Amino acid sequence: MIPFHYARANDVADAVRMISADPAAKFIAGGTNLVDLMKENVERPSRLIDISRLPLDTIEPTADGGLRIGALVPNSDLAYHPLVEQRYPLLASAILAGASAQLRNMASTGGNLLQRTRCAYFYDTVTPCNKREPGSGCSAIGGINRIHAILGTSENCIATHPSDMCVALAALDARVRVTGPAGERAMAFDDFHRLPGDTPQTDTNLLPDEIVTAIELPALGFADNYSYLKIRDRLSYAFALVSIAAALELEGGAIKQARLALGGVAHKPWRNTAAEAALRGQRADQASFSRAADILLRDAKGYEHNAFKIELARRGIIRTLTQAAQATPQSQYDKKIR
Amino acid sequence: MTSYIGTATSRVDGRAKVTGEARYAGEFKAIRLAHAAVVESAIPKGRISRIDTGAARRVAGVLDVLTHENRPRMADTDKAWKDDVAPEDGSPFRPLYDDRIMFSGQPIALVLGEDWETARYAASLVDIQYDKQDFVTDLRQQHDQAFVVEKPDKPHGDADKAFAAASVRHEAEYYIPTEHHNPMELFASTVVWDGGGKLTVYDKTQGVQNVQRYLCSVFDKAPDDLRVISPYVGGAFGAGLRPQYQVVLATLGALALRRSVRLVLTRQQMYGLGYRPATIERLALGASANGTLDALTHEAIAVTSQFEEFSRNDTGWAALLYKSTNANYVHKLARLDLPTSSDMRAPGAATGVYALECAMDELAIALKLDPVELRLRCYSDRDQNEDLPYTSKALRECYRQGAEAFGWKARKAEPRSMRDGSDLVGWGMATGVWEALQMPMAVRIVLGANGHAEVFCAASDIGTGTYTIMAQVAADALGLPIDNITIRLGDSTLPQAPVEGGSWMAASTAHAIAATAEEIRGELLALAKRIKDSPLADARPEDVALADGRLVSKLDASRAISIADAMRSGAIERIEKEKTNTFAEDKKHARNTHSAVFAEVKVDEQLGVIRVTRVVSAVAAGRILNAKTAHSQIMGSVVWGIGMALHEETVFDHRFGRIMNANIAEYHVPVNADVHDIKVIFVDEPDDLVNPMGIKGLGEIGIVGVAAAIANAVYHATGKRIRDLPITLDKVMR
Amino acid sequence: MAQRGAAQRSNDPVPLPGKIPISLVVNGVETALKVAPWTTLLDALRDNLELTGTKKGCDHGQCGACTVLVDGRRVNSCLTLAVMKDGARVTTVEGLATKDALHPLQQAFIDHDAFQCGYCTPGQLCSAAGLIAEGNAKTPDQIRELMSGNLCRCGAYPNIVAAIQQAMGTNS
Ligand SMILES: Cc1cc2nc3c(=O)[nH]c(=O)nc-3n(C[C@H](O)[C@H](O)[C@H](O)COP(=O)(O)OP(=O)(O)OC[C@H]3O[C@@H](n4cnc5c(N)ncnc54)[C@H](O)[C@@H]3O)c2cc1C
Ligand code: SF4
Ligand code: FES
Ligand code: FES
Repeated sequence: MIPFHYARANDVADAVRMISADPAAKFIAGGTNLVDLMKENVERPSRLIDISRLPLDTIEPTADGGLRIGALVPNSDLAYHPLVEQRYPLLASAILAGASAQLRNMASTGGNLLQRTRCAYFYDTVTPCNKREPGSGCSAIGGINRIHAILGTSENCIATHPSDMCVALAALDARVRVTGPAGERAMAFDDFHRLPGDTPQTDTNLLPDEIVTAIELPALGFADNYSYLKIRDRLSYAFALVSIAAALELEGGAIKQARLALGGVAHKPWRNTAAEAALRGQRADQASFSRAADILLRDAKGYEHNAFKIELARRGIIRTLTQAAQATPQSQYDKKIR
Repeated sequence: MTSYIGTATSRVDGRAKVTGEARYAGEFKAIRLAHAAVVESAIPKGRISRIDTGAARRVAGVLDVLTHENRPRMADTDKAWKDDVAPEDGSPFRPLYDDRIMFSGQPIALVLGEDWETARYAASLVDIQYDKQDFVTDLRQQHDQAFVVEKPDKPHGDADKAFAAASVRHEAEYYIPTEHHNPMELFASTVVWDGGGKLTVYDKTQGVQNVQRYLCSVFDKAPDDLRVISPYVGGAFGAGLRPQYQVVLATLGALALRRSVRLVLTRQQMYGLGYRPATIERLALGASANGTLDALTHEAIAVTSQFEEFSRNDTGWAALLYKSTNANYVHKLARLDLPTSSDMRAPGAATGVYALECAMDELAIALKLDPVELRLRCYSDRDQNEDLPYTSKALRECYRQGAEAFGWKARKAEPRSMRDGSDLVGWGMATGVWEALQMPMAVRIVLGANGHAEVFCAASDIGTGTYTIMAQVAADALGLPIDNITIRLGDSTLPQAPVEGGSWMAASTAHAIAATAEEIRGELLALAKRIKDSPLADARPEDVALADGRLVSKLDASRAISIADAMRSGAIERIEKEKTNTFAEDKKHARNTHSAVFAEVKVDEQLGVIRVTRVVSAVAAGRILNAKTAHSQIMGSVVWGIGMALHEETVFDHRFGRIMNANIAEYHVPVNADVHDIKVIFVDEPDDLVNPMGIKGLGEIGIVGVAAAIANAVYHATGKRIRDLPITLDKVMR
Repeated sequence: MAQRGAAQRSNDPVPLPGKIPISLVVNGVETALKVAPWTTLLDALRDNLELTGTKKGCDHGQCGACTVLVDGRRVNSCLTLAVMKDGARVTTVEGLATKDALHPLQQAFIDHDAFQCGYCTPGQLCSAAGLIAEGNAKTPDQIRELMSGNLCRCGAYPNIVAAIQQAMGTNS
């Protein structure tokens, strides 16, 4: 770790003021990602602005029947909140599939969105990495890339976004509320994270002096037909190779609305509205699930070690949609995949 | 009269461990303690052309930065750097010795600071320039340069010819990747500057006396000037057999500063220590249709460093298990630009028997024989390397009891024939074998008139339960309640002990205690005889025993004298005895432990996700001293086997010669959710030949065969034979 | 777009910021200490307060050995900056037992031989205490999953699960 100064923000305006004043400062919330990366000398902030005590830790129903989740609500509180368990069980399930009980107690909602990739080269300051050192090259291309992306990659970076929670938020069509010097704004979840393109050093469209204040969920929670399936190298406490959030609204065997988002496959939680559209109006059966999977994976591209993800994702999509349709969501405890 | 031996006694060090009182190497206090941080090489091979420590030195709180250019003196001969268990051939690694870089992650500078964070920060400021050289870290690339090493196993007949002529053949290559021990405790040393050049070194090690001799040799110290202490070790699994570089560097730091120094390696830096070498194993089995072996060839190519030749026995195990008319074994080493490979739980056997037992499974399938049945048909009652009978070998009983407990009878032979909903169910089995070793060892016992005894020995308890079994054996030998026994271990000034490894500790300590207790008893008897009208006046030493705090005649239990009375007669408060036990040499028998492992896996048919739902391990290992800790040893080893089969792999980027998962998140070991039902059976195996108490040791046998049983179960479930470990879901899906 | 926190690249040392006074209630005892911003709660406990019961197994949130309870919740103390916890109640393994008796979890760990080397044990115990307080684990599957943030290289998992069941009173 390099030395840094520490300051605590008292309110959101204070936090924005402090971050605007120092271009090398960073917010810290749960610290589970930032402290890790600082110990690796990957993140080298001059100043940490502690936002963990800001009053952004509540979960409240919104006027339009949705839910507003403060950016500092710990992941575990969110997962076990009665309104989330009842109305957005997909979100609860995705959160519980991630990290460990301890880390979920620490991690904040906002921090989870902004966690950085687990690409080994990004972490290893000895090796080239465009995300860490723009222009130095991407070591994962032509290197060890088992966990890397198959969709939306660029020749500059093939990293994935590692979050589980965000996959559910993408599927649920959440909105991200942020505050900056110019005031408040909201972003569609899909616009929050970005693809690597020519600037893989930038993970999101959050501006450097903006703070995430809340996540908003629309009323529709898909509480009846959903599933979150996380496929990984051991049965817990491991990042996803591929994860799938599926949510359906059924009407007599036919699909009225579908949501489908994938984790572990791209630089952002990967939602594909064309695949969802293809499901709409169809029967909830293998044939339509398979078609949706094909659409979603149409442009998928494998690298030396991760090509298996394409087929894994295809089978996983069909499986998760089946679980959702049959109202037998994946349990995060009993590891049997039903 | 045995009252503690064999029982499920709870660990005597349990309380210290659950309260946090147990102190590990990096936790000992010292005044004016300085903290050290290591700078590692970013390249695998070359020379340091320039090393600039200026910026690091300018950090407030930095005391010194040591490099090969300014370090205190260290020995300059290979001999001086050879520890007790160093490979015979080669030149041991010397940290901070000169400008040569021999592996990525090699320590090249040591920053000493007032606190750890400062030292670490300053370490990041050390600027190094290298002259890089070509390197190779890929075993497959170095395959053809591998050279043959001599092994004790003896080929016989013409295996190639017999294989060519055999009616049923199986030949295949198996691969075990590099694995790292990853004990939970970080490697650490606290070197306390006692003044006048004297040092007390708290070290994470499996052998305090090995470290003591090594440090004295490297730093040219008199034995009395350097003491090594290690009462608790947070796991080691072989990684602590040889002194590791942190103890050299911490000592170097203390000598340079003339003050106490602590060095705790990071998890990442521990990947610069030893490892289980990546190994390619080739098996060629030829059988007659009735299931007997005509030809057996086992070749292994394992990794070592450029500077030392580390190798273990991968290929000789078949000769202990299976009769074959013709057999050939070849063990080769390939040199890579890596640290020297090292012992890791059941070295040689974990890898060699994995390949052998998968190959036997494949042969059974080719023969259309039940895998257990094939093993029984090839069963050998003799060690065919030496053509010797065993002191005992209850392996048949392991197969029988293991199969019964598992319910093996209900297995359908056809792969993919058993299901549980969307899961394919697979049942597989394998055999395990290890050596029953024992070493000379000394124990000192101090018995007080109050009936309390202290037992001293330099041995380590790395979690195996040595404290507890020693207390049990001492309690029984001295006829005292176990609460009256105190065990003191892990101090180089204590009576001589070998490093804790090879599963020899239980047998060695137990007999050393028994031998010393016998001396105590003899002295007590002499004292008892002095008592007027002593009821034991005519008793011979072999006719008395210690029980319930008294010396009792075995011939007439009414004749007894309490320990207190005997001591009072001699007007003494304590008896102190030290004795070295050595074992009679027996060249007429082979000594081994055995096991049969049965595993059930459930594999999601579409996604390839594997769950190990049940394991039964039936072990024949002589006399079991403690049912509880013995169970834990085997259970823990089974967990290692699960990791070896499904998770563990050190991943290299050979372009950089670097490990890309040098942490404990991406180097996967099993977590709680990966481990389900593990049943451990100890098969009765009386053995009065191996040693008087019939003890064989348990530290390694439990892992041997587990990965093969799981791999065989995965085949049975899916019909896919995956020979390259670990068996990850992408390989199953393929 | 500028990258936050990537500014300092030169090899010149950055001056170390001063230490900050904080207070923690550690195992029931009000404790004042001064810590540098970069000191983790784990290092503060082990180095500043000499409470070495809490272990460091990775320093990166990957093993759970450093688990302690902060305001009653289990967290990884290695990823927790001590300055951020000013005023918090911290319970470590040293604070589980009372003067007279071991905590039921400690006794259950001994009874079930739920450890070997003992290095992961303080973290397992604090994690299990947190697990029980959270009240989300009833079945063995749930215990296994919710204890998966605590690695045990000695492989004591089945015994850990049994010990937790005993302490929860769901096991004979
Ligand atoms: C071993 C390990 C395993 C893990 N496994 C998983 C897993 O399986 N699945 C998974 O999803 N996650 C996993 N995680 C990641 C974990 O979920 C994230 O680290 C966590 O969600 C980050 O939240 P935080 O509050 O701790 O963020 P911090 O570390 O505090 O911050 C992360 C980043 O977000 C910024 N930030 C934080 N809050 C705000 C805000 N309100 N506005 C603007 N910027 C902000 C910070 O400046 C920083 O750059 C794992 C982590 C570890 C260490
Ligand atoms: S994939 Fe992205 S993060 Fe990984 S090395 Fe390439 S540029 Fe860096
Ligand atoms: S030391 Fe904190 S999780 Fe490993
Ligand atoms: S008891 Fe050794 S790591 Fe768990």
